[in-house]
Amino acid sequence: MAAPAPVKVYGPPLSTAVARVLATLLEKNVQFQLLPVNMAKGEHKKPEYLKIQPFGQVPAFEDESINLFESRAISKYVCDKYANQGNKGLFGTNPLEKASIDQWLEAEGQNFNPPSSVLVFQLAFAPRMKIKQDENMIKLNEAKLAKVLDVYERRLGESRYLAGDEFTLADLSHLPNSQYLVNGTNVAELFTSRKNVERWWDEISSRESWKEVVEMQRSPSPRNA
Amino acid sequence: MAIKVHGHPNSPPSRRVLLALSEKGLDYEFVPVDMSTGQHKKEPFISINPFGQVPGFEDGDLQLFESRAITRYIAYAYADKGTPLFDQDPKKVAIISVWLEVEALKFDVPGSKLSYEILIKPLLGMTTDEGAVEQAQGQLASVLDVYEARLSKSKYLGGDSFTLVDLHHVPIVNNMMKTKVKALFDARPHVSAWASDILARPAWAKVLAELA
Repeated sequence: MAAPAPVKVYGPPLSTAVARVLATLLEKNVQFQLLPVNMAKGEHKKPEYLKIQPFGQVPAFEDESINLFESRAISKYVCDKYANQGNKGLFGTNPLEKASIDQWLEAEGQNFNPPSSVLVFQLAFAPRMKIKQDENMIKLNEAKLAKVLDVYERRLGESRYLAGDEFTLADLSHLPNSQYLVNGTNVAELFTSRKNVERWWDEISSRESWKEVVEMQRSPSPRNA
Repeated sequence: MAIKVHGHPNSPPSRRVLLALSEKGLDYEFVPVDMSTGQHKKEPFISINPFGQVPGFEDGDLQLFESRAITRYIAYAYADKGTPLFDQDPKKVAIISVWLEVEALKFDVPGSKLSYEILIKPLLGMTTDEGAVEQAQGQLASVLDVYEARLSKSKYLGGDSFTLVDLHHVPIVNNMMKTKVKALFDARPHVSAWASDILARPAWAKVLAELA
């Protein structure tokens, strides 16, 4: 029997949203092809790209005849379609597990992502792009992120991972932004000063799948799995 | 009663959950949370939602927060009741998933901001920040341009039937229609038709009547 064709992911691994999808594919042992999008040349805003991602953002994704965007939707699709391979519990194996994972995925998207994304841009990307940092934005979003991490600190004292006792998509979704913040910015301390959050971060960032994504972010040319 | 919604009658996320229950024809108890006295930041509410935000939700022993996780649970757990809010076909589910993210991460940001600045702040004796309103309108306009293109090819945002995607938009779209932001919708024929359609659903009228 022929192996299924690799799925296609469009975008640079340095993008937090692209990294989210790559981590999911690696956890699920799904073969993929990573295709570059030259954002410096505005490729993501051109008509051919807008056909597959109407908001002009990365990633875009193709699997057989389906074309998807939004990293969290892509990740859920991968978990559902490839339910029987790789990490089988990644998106839960029953409705109650799924409900808890959905809840913490929403918390990530609605509460963790906004302040952490601003900080990733201001502290990790702006300097590289020679854009002036906005001190007020940084202060404001540090305070917001601290409040969110207080909630996580309490939660992770009751539960090994966010949605329960196993690593799930809810934890995975936090990896890309946290990677930038913990490794090379001065807001790492927000994570490391909270005992349970630090424990959780050490565990989730040590996973083989995530180490591979970080490797991809460091290597200069796109690589296929 | 097995299903309880802890929330505020004017809160769009609270209304999102009530609408899902209404579309499914499910009975529930609405437990008002008095945010003016900080009830949402204290026990017992904070055990249901550690972020201290409304709504919180209970179905028997199950407790959930995040309106969009709650509505997903309602859609799956009560799939055979009332209006189908999801789909069975994996490819259709995937497309629905995409547009659920779009609502949550792209539409809701400017939509909630506008709702807060124009409608809520005056009620709290605060002044609307016109600069923020203009910026949010610009953001919303960009999103509605994508919606206009999408809705010219698809009857509803998630596909050919009304699903959770459209439902999630109802509370904020409802609010937008009471403000000058209505003009952004009126200027886009497919978006305008879709907005009228989703707001005209009997389940939404039922929610508004119960909250009045």
